[in-house]
Amino acid sequence: MKTDIILAGVGGQGILSIATILGHAALRDNLYLKQAEVHGMSQRGGDVMSCLRISSDPIASDLIPRGKADMVISLEPMEALRYVEQLAPTGRIITSSEPFVNIPNYPEHAEVMAELNALPNVTVIAAEEIAKSVATPRSSNMALLGAAAPYLGLPAEMLEDSIRAVFGAKGEKIVNDNLAAFRAGLAAAR
Amino acid sequence: MKTRKLLLGDEALALGAINGGLSGAYAYPGTPSTEILEYVQANPVARERGLHSHWSSNEKTAVEEALGMSFCGKRAIVSMKHVGLNVAADPFVNSAMTGANGGLLVISADDPSMHSSQNEQDSRFYARFAIMPVLEPSDQQEAYDMARYGFELSERLHIPVMVRLVTRLSHSRAVVEVDDEPLAENVLSYPDNARQWVLMPGNSRVRYRQLLADRDAMRDEAERSPFNVLTPGTDRRIGIIASGIAANYVNECFPGGCPFPMLKVSQYPLPKKKIAELAEMCDAILVVEEGQPMIEDMMRGLLDRGLTIYGKLDGYLPATGELSPDSVAAGIAALAPEMKESLVAPENAPAKNVVARPPALCQGCGHRDVYAALNAALGQFESPKVFGDIGCYTLGWLAPFNAIDTCVDMGASITMAKGAADAGQRPAVSIIGDSTFTHSGMTGLLDAVNENTPMTVIISDNLTTGMTGGQDSQGTGKLEEICLGLGVDPEHMHTIDSLPRKVEEMQAMFAAEFAYEGLSVIVARRECIQTARRHAKKK
Repeated sequence: MKTDIILAGVGGQGILSIATILGHAALRDNLYLKQAEVHGMSQRGGDVMSCLRISSDPIASDLIPRGKADMVISLEPMEALRYVEQLAPTGRIITSSEPFVNIPNYPEHAEVMAELNALPNVTVIAAEEIAKSVATPRSSNMALLGAAAPYLGLPAEMLEDSIRAVFGAKGEKIVNDNLAAFRAGLAAAR
Repeated sequence: MKTRKLLLGDEALALGAINGGLSGAYAYPGTPSTEILEYVQANPVARERGLHSHWSSNEKTAVEEALGMSFCGKRAIVSMKHVGLNVAADPFVNSAMTGANGGLLVISADDPSMHSSQNEQDSRFYARFAIMPVLEPSDQQEAYDMARYGFELSERLHIPVMVRLVTRLSHSRAVVEVDDEPLAENVLSYPDNARQWVLMPGNSRVRYRQLLADRDAMRDEAERSPFNVLTPGTDRRIGIIASGIAANYVNECFPGGCPFPMLKVSQYPLPKKKIAELAEMCDAILVVEEGQPMIEDMMRGLLDRGLTIYGKLDGYLPATGELSPDSVAAGIAALAPEMKESLVAPENAPAKNVVARPPALCQGCGHRDVYAALNAALGQFESPKVFGDIGCYTLGWLAPFNAIDTCVDMGASITMAKGAADAGQRPAVSIIGDSTFTHSGMTGLLDAVNENTPMTVIISDNLTTGMTGGQDSQGTGKLEEICLGLGVDPEHMHTIDSLPRKVEEMQAMFAAEFAYEGLSVIVARRECIQTARRHAKKK
C-alpha cells in the first residue's frame, strides 16, 4: 500500500495534529512513513502544507512528486485549491467548506466552492460545524480526518486507537470530543 | 535492542547524540535547527544525566562553550541555522586549529528556498575553508546513526566534525530505529597536545602544517565511509553524484533502482577515489546537490575542460531554491529524453480562485501595537528611517504596517541606525526584539552609548524568542539593567507596556525621543501571545 497525502491549511489550524494521528497509526502498523512539515515564519497565519507519505515499502523522497499525490486533506477550501496541481489524475480532495479569511483579497466563497465541486473526486464537509454539533469546534481537524478515513488505506478502528493514544495525556473529555468529531466526519462523508 | 520511533531529522540527530554519549548540547534557536536542543531538553535520559541543554546567548558563545566541553574530553554538540554559523565563524574556523578532544559535532542547518531565512548560503563551504570533515545525512536514520559515528570520527581525527542538515530533513519525520541503551559519557580528560589549544602564532604555524597534513586522513575516512556508497548501474550514458538528501530525489525517480551508476556522498572531504571510479564507469556526470553547487564546481574546475559535467551551473537543475523530486526528474529527463514520460507527470492546470496568503503578526501580538505607535509617531517627520532586525517583528515590513526600511542580520538594526545617524539621518530608529538584542544588539548599543549617537532604539520585548516557537530569551528581566549598565542615560531610558490602550502614550514617548539629539532606548514590553496562551493552559 502507498498513500501520498498533502495536508493543507492556515498556520495554527491544526494540520499537524492530523499528521500526528496518521503517523502514530502508521508506526503501529509497521508501515514506512515520511512527513515533511512547515515550521518558522510561515506558521504565522500564512498558508501551510505538509507532505505525508505512508507506504508498505521504503519511501525515498520526503516531498511528494508533482501530479502524484493521492489526496489533499485541507482544513480550508481555498487552501485545498492551492494544491490541485499536485494531485494525481485519480487523486481526491477532502476539504472543509469553511473559509478562513485573514487576507483582504480572499476570493468569493461561492466561486471557490464551485471550482472545488467541479473537480472529479471531491469530498466537502463543514468540519467545524460538524465538530461543534457533537463536541467542540476545536476538534474540526478530527472531523476532517474522519471524512478522509475511507480513502486512507488504514482501518477507521486503527485511527480511533491512535486518537485515543495521542490525546490520552490530555484527559478523557478531549479524547471523547475528538473521537466524536472523527465519527461524525466519517458519517458525513458517507 | 532497537526501538522504532517517529522522529524529525533534528530529533533523530539529537537522540543519536544522547545515545552516543553526549555530555552537553549548546545552541541558539534558529529555523530549521531549533528542535535539536529542544529535543535534548525534553529527553528523559538527558534529564536524568543532567546533560547541558540551556540556550546560549548566540551561536558564537554556543560554539565556544561546546569547544570548552570538548577540551575537557567530553562529547558535545552545538547546533544553529546556517546564518548562525556566520556569527560563530570565528570559533568555528579556529576550532579546526585547536582540534577537538572529546567528540565535537557542529551542526549547521541550511535553509535552501529560504523558508524562514535571509539567504541560501551553503555551510559545506565553511567546513572546506576551515579544513574539517562534514557529514551530510540523507535521511532521518542516517541523522541518528551519524551522531555516534561523528563523535568517534571527531575523536579519531582529533577535529570537530560539521553535520550539515537542510530544512527538508530537519523538519521531516520518519521511522528511525534507535538504540535502547545510551552509551556512557566520557570522563574528564585533557588534550594530549596542550600547545595546540593556545593559538599564538608560534603554536598556530606548527598546528596549521599538521592540519594540512591531516587532510589525507580525513579523505581516507571519507573513502571508507559507510555513508558514501557507489552503486553500479547498467546505463552508462551518465553517472550521478548525489549528496545528502538529493540522493532521495534521484531514488524517487527510479522505484525499481537507479539505472545509472550513482555515488551517494554523505561524508566529506570528497572521496576522490570513489569519484574516479564512478567517472571510469560513465561518459558524463550529473551532480545533484542541495544548496550551492560546491561538488559540481570542484568537478568542473576553473577551465572545465575535462569530464562532461551537468548540474546547476548549466541549468539542468535549478540554481536557486531547494531541490524537489520534480526538478531532479526534469534534470535527468533532459539527459535521457526517452525517460521523460515515466519521470515527469503531465502538468495539471492550477486552480483559479487561489491567492497568496502571506504570514502576518498574530492578532493580540504586542509588536502590532508598537508598530501602530511607531507609524503614528513618525508621521510628523519628513524622512524617517526605521532599521529593522530578525524576528517576528520583521513582518512589520508587510502591510498594513510597512514600518521598516531594512532587515539584514541579527543586531544590525542598532548598528545600521548608528551608521545612518552618523551620516546625518534624523530620526534614525532601530527596532529589535529582546532575544535578538542580547544575541547581537548589546555590543552595537555600546558603540552608540560611547558617542551618544542621536538615535532611538526600541526593544520590542515579548519575553521570549518568538519566531522559532517561544524559547527562553536570555535577557528576560534584565534588559533595562543591561542598557543602563552599558551607559544609556537614565533620562532617556524608558519602559512601557505595548498594549492597545497604551498606544497613544507610546506614540508620545517615541515622538519625544525621536526629537532628542542623543541616544534613547525604549523597552516596549508585552508577553508573546503564543507563549501567554501556553502559560495560561498550564495553569
